Amino acid sequence: MKNYDIVIVGGGPAGLAAAVSAKQNGVDSILILERDKELGGILNQCIHNGFGLHTFKEELTGPEYAERFIRQVQDLGIEFKLNTMVMEISENRVVTAMNREDGLFDLQAKAVILAMGCRERARGALNIPGYRPAGIYSAGTAQRLVNMEGYMPGREVVILGSGDIGLIMARRMTLEGAKVKVVAELMPYSGGLKRNIVQCLDDYGIPLKLSHTVVDIKGKERVEGVTLAQVDENSRPIPGTEEFYSCDTLLLSVGLIPENEISRGMGVEINPVTSGPKVNESLETNMEGVFACGNVLHVHDLVDFVSEEAAAAGRNAAAYVKTVSLGTESTRQSDRKTDEEYLAERIPDKAAEQEICLIPTSGVRYTVPSTIRVSHMDEHLTVRFRVGNVYKNCYVSAYFDEKRVIHRKRQVVAPGEMEELKLTKEQILQYPNLKTITIKIEEA
Amino acid sequence: MYDVIIIGAGVCGAAVARELSRYQAKVCVMEKEEDVCCGTSKANSAIVHAGYDAVTGSLKAKLNVRGNEMMGELSKELDFPFERNGSLVLCFNEDEMPNLQELYDRGVANGVKELRILSKEEVLRMEPNVTDDVYAALYAPTGGIVCPFGLNIALAENACANGVEFHFNTEVTEIRKVDEGYELQTNKGAFQTKYVVNAAGVYADKFHNMVSGNKIHITARRGDYCLLDKEAGKHVSKTIFALPGKLGKGILVTPTIHGNLLIGPTAVNVEDKEGVNTTAEGLAQVIEKAGMSVHNIPTRQVITSFAGLRAHEDGDDFIIGEVEDAKGFIDCAGIESPGIASSPAIGEMAAEILKEKMGLKKKDNFISARQGIKNPNTLSKEERNALIKENPAYGNIICRCEMITEGEIIDAIRRPLGAKSLDGVKRRTRAGMGRCQSGFCSPRTMEILARECDMSMFDITKSGGESKLVVGTNKDTV
Repeated sequence: MKNYDIVIVGGGPAGLAAAVSAKQNGVDSILILERDKELGGILNQCIHNGFGLHTFKEELTGPEYAERFIRQVQDLGIEFKLNTMVMEISENRVVTAMNREDGLFDLQAKAVILAMGCRERARGALNIPGYRPAGIYSAGTAQRLVNMEGYMPGREVVILGSGDIGLIMARRMTLEGAKVKVVAELMPYSGGLKRNIVQCLDDYGIPLKLSHTVVDIKGKERVEGVTLAQVDENSRPIPGTEEFYSCDTLLLSVGLIPENEISRGMGVEINPVTSGPKVNESLETNMEGVFACGNVLHVHDLVDFVSEEAAAAGRNAAAYVKTVSLGTESTRQSDRKTDEEYLAERIPDKAAEQEICLIPTSGVRYTVPSTIRVSHMDEHLTVRFRVGNVYKNCYVSAYFDEKRVIHRKRQVVAPGEMEELKLTKEQILQYPNLKTITIKIEEA
Repeated sequence: MYDVIIIGAGVCGAAVARELSRYQAKVCVMEKEEDVCCGTSKANSAIVHAGYDAVTGSLKAKLNVRGNEMMGELSKELDFPFERNGSLVLCFNEDEMPNLQELYDRGVANGVKELRILSKEEVLRMEPNVTDDVYAALYAPTGGIVCPFGLNIALAENACANGVEFHFNTEVTEIRKVDEGYELQTNKGAFQTKYVVNAAGVYADKFHNMVSGNKIHITARRGDYCLLDKEAGKHVSKTIFALPGKLGKGILVTPTIHGNLLIGPTAVNVEDKEGVNTTAEGLAQVIEKAGMSVHNIPTRQVITSFAGLRAHEDGDDFIIGEVEDAKGFIDCAGIESPGIASSPAIGEMAAEILKEKMGLKKKDNFISARQGIKNPNTLSKEERNALIKENPAYGNIICRCEMITEGEIIDAIRRPLGAKSLDGVKRRTRAGMGRCQSGFCSPRTMEILARECDMSMFDITKSGGESKLVVGTNKDTV
């Protein structure tokens, strides 16, 4: 069985940035396993621009953004395998993968970085009634067909869901010659970025119907039309508001779900709100040496933040590997300690070290990370979170136990835009025996 | 001139074809859809009922019990997934106990083995997620779950291997009595045959009534279902029914043979014999009623919903046999639940009738076994590696959710009666049947179909006919 210091599952933006960062932090033995035929992940089908404003201070397309990282991976000589599917990972970090050339094979990793990304929710998730004809696609599937293969999935389109992919595809389909009749959104607000609503719908005169959903799909072989209806505050269709739209295509952009089947299989604890692993300040899961970043951890809006988060995961995984390796290679030989004994000395007992719990409440749905070990903290820690509703002229507050420490005025926060708070080690050290940090939205 | 034309390539048509293929006869199956298993056979509960439901002495009772008995052996012979997971019929108060007892007695009279009535405690020990208000239950260990596509496809493939012809996209429009038998008009021309087997599902009345003065009437009875993620698949281990009502066995909760959880069906009579649309009310009813038998069903994990039509005949029983005023015309009509369970026995019975009438002789080269599509997930690591070495396509995962390889998809396309559409691949391999519902794999499966069938991407369909998946290239109208 081959050994690696770090095996990274997924060669999309998260996996690439994690690999580069781990290498730059002194780990040489790294392998990226990618299931698709090229590195870059879903960025390869995101041919629109708007990527990289934070990371590179310039506006790139998805493939261009990916290329920057792929170059670094190549320049740094980081190993990767394409067309390779990870089948499972054992709790001892034996990674079982498969491809055409190597068959089914095992790798032993000191650390694993989970970077599998996410998948789109399908029609079933909303239980949309009606027929099941051809012409119903998730927005991402349509994006792949159009942007990577050059095929038009249809000519007259209705889009359900105003998440970013739905909005981007409204524009793309229009540019490629289709008529996008309407974008319907179940919630009273859009799930996408404001800039995408302006640039993808408003600029093309595509109506956005908030608080609307699809209540029927017509067409036995190919979609012939859909019926939209307005919904009440409990998302239930209001009788009498039905409106029929003839179309040959229904695109669904109704949410993304982190792909954690492998994580669950190895025993990683999942946060039911994000559907991603619960992680500490190092982005390490409950399984020692198993880190997570990017959309497999929680769904992001901007790839720039994925890269940033993944770089942290790569750095932390590298630090972990160095800690373990010190024990196994030099010290251990002299004092004949087992891995477990050595680690027990090097890494403070998880139970013994006090963990600070991050508690999302009052409008905040979750936080990443969900716990902080102060001893492992860098000088700065970015806490990312999402809100559950649109709040205007509010405050984002952080309470250290009972005391309000951060109180930041915000004009508007919305579920479609990820929020962040920066904490410093210095700040936290001022509160010895700190047990909880509560993050909440407070009305002005 | 055929000896026998079978109308319909659903599970009954395929079962009759397979049984007939034991004999020396020129047999053909005509199917209006592009594939086998496209109607009632593909959208149902996929339950191999034990046989306690139907009235003692009815064909439903007799053939259900016989079909259930045959299913185990048949699943090995023809290599399709089947398991006896057992079933429970729940009763919720003392007043219903006589009904439960009646069901038990009927089961015994029908010849169902190992039936037992369980106390509340026994039920809850067996199925902790059954609601606490359960009072008692009828337990039938012989009840089972089957892959309905697997069964139907296996029967058809084996019939084909034994010389039965299959004509797809061939719709029978008219049947006329002629001297030597019947002439069938179709969209592909006229065909003569000595005998006809009418296995046309919800359309069986239409064909029967073309040749007979004794009219039958089939109602399409729609049932909505919700299918849940495999994560919910272990919520129950047995098939859970409530006591049956007027329109059928009510809403069940069951694991599927592939490890999902299935809840449904509703029962609504509809006019349209192609009316397989789900409705909001139907789906809501499924979720509500399922929750009355089993608590905490994780309905947020629904991955798809669908509806199927049962072919309910007014007489409330299967109609199997030669039509009195139309010699040589054999009905297999009114096949609703327990149709899947009964199908092997229906095939046997219809073939027996024809054998007697036609004086058929056995073939000496009948191939009784059929090998299904190899499922690498069931192989050991060594076997799997040997397979990949021999054919690297088995190392290439196409459907990530169900872990289906390119090798399996190619096999599904290339084998006799192979898949020609996305749904055809799905029913044979499960590619696209998982939690993402083909979001990731459909473009790749389309490519494989186009390559293997030497078709243009523009001709690849979801399920034949006009169900085309892409309509042109970028900017072709700009």
